[in-house]
Amino acid sequence: MRALARSRTVAPPGWSRWLVPPAALSIHLAIGQAYAWSVFKPPLESALHLSGTASALPFQLAIVMLGLSAAFGGTLVERRGPRWAMCVSTVCFAAGFLVAALGAAAGRFWLVVLGYGFLGGIGLGIGYISPVSTLIKWFPDRPGMATGIAIMGFGGGALIASPWSTGLLGSLGSDTSGIARTFLVMGLVYAVFMTLGVLLVRVPADDWRPPAEAPAGASAARPLVTTAQVSARSALRTPQFWCLWVVLCTNVTAGIGILEKAAPMLSDFFAHTAAPVSAPAAAGFVGMLSLANMLGRIGWSAASDLVGRKNVYRLYLGAGTLMYLLIALTGDASKPLFIACAMVILSFYGGGFATVPAYLKDLFGSYQVGAIHGRLLTAWSTAGILGPLIVNAVADGAKSAGRSGPDLYTTSLFIMIGLLAVGFAANELIRPVHPRHHQPPASGGQLADEPAAPKGAGQ
Amino acid sequence: MTARRALLFVLVWLWVGIPFIYGLYELTLKLKQLFTG
Repeated sequence: MRALARSRTVAPPGWSRWLVPPAALSIHLAIGQAYAWSVFKPPLESALHLSGTASALPFQLAIVMLGLSAAFGGTLVERRGPRWAMCVSTVCFAAGFLVAALGAAAGRFWLVVLGYGFLGGIGLGIGYISPVSTLIKWFPDRPGMATGIAIMGFGGGALIASPWSTGLLGSLGSDTSGIARTFLVMGLVYAVFMTLGVLLVRVPADDWRPPAEAPAGASAARPLVTTAQVSARSALRTPQFWCLWVVLCTNVTAGIGILEKAAPMLSDFFAHTAAPVSAPAAAGFVGMLSLANMLGRIGWSAASDLVGRKNVYRLYLGAGTLMYLLIALTGDASKPLFIACAMVILSFYGGGFATVPAYLKDLFGSYQVGAIHGRLLTAWSTAGILGPLIVNAVADGAKSAGRSGPDLYTTSLFIMIGLLAVGFAANELIRPVHPRHHQPPASGGQLADEPAAPKGAGQ
Repeated sequence: MTARRALLFVLVWLWVGIPFIYGLYELTLKLKQLFTG
């Protein structure tokens, strides 16, 4: 266990900080598999005679566990360091697949739920936050870009897992034995793939500074960018944390509302036009949204390093409102316009996820930013329930009232506009954190309970 | 950067880059359906 300690992961002199993003990506590209769970739903339903609601249970529990483990495990992740966190994530995520394989082989669905949902979900939550504070410490000059790379990996994970698991099920079979062998292969491959992150990750030494061409602290001159440090416990007592919680929740709700129902939404919108949408075209639309989501994560997050975090959220929430308004007002008049607006909204959705760690760093410093990020992810869990609930309930209600086409979604579009306006107002309320919440420095300039790192690491 | 570090650099980026490119390739196949489907 000593090999996993933070003190054993301090970078030696000459260590390139560009070796840290691949460490983060090896975790995020793996755990992003969660978004490809839908591939397993039809085979599980037919092999174990499950309903659609039941087959969604492992995914739903995994997302709940993601939120809980990120919220409650954040402080432990900060204390034990990124290698320990990545190791826990690897063990839980891979073991989750192995337990699920056992469950599928034995025809015991509860074991699939326990393995993939409970164990795997802990791996998701700890893995999601594990590289955040380390990346921010290595890239103090470009925190948005650095966390954007990792969080883009989470989006990319589903792009890899979806065709890969479809191929495995195709070749190994989609009966209980085939599903079990697919889970087994995936668990073993992910264990090896994620181990790279565990072995590669390094934290910078205390005296490490970014290269000369990117001076550290250049961004500190901007308003809202603090040089002080706030602990995770104190952050929860600040209005800034809760304003940001509302910002993230509303932005994610607006994006998830489209993402969750993308294919049927496109088909319903243009059902009464001269060119209705076919099922393969709707699948292509879902792919297009995934691309926008992923590009938004790296693009907007990197842009936030230049224009500032508050401004970029003004764009997400303000322009997002306009995009929703355009969709609501134009209805089925233009398919390209609908697709373009949906893509912009999804790029803002991804950007919102990827920019938030850097926003937290600006407001609370890098001291316990991973733990604060973990607590903020409860906004994601809330939005994950709220977004689909709004869109599905409104569409079902409209359908039973005899409506069709764009009318199925008009009300939910205006609800999203209202939510984004609330998020915009919350973002405007964010001010620098009051000094009473700042962590007092102990003698020597180090924070009282900050883990010490030996000097001497290079760039 | 030493030769060993450079090799490590290339290897680790390939480690994460190759699966990512595979995912992007599969995505482009799906995207084609939007325009041809």
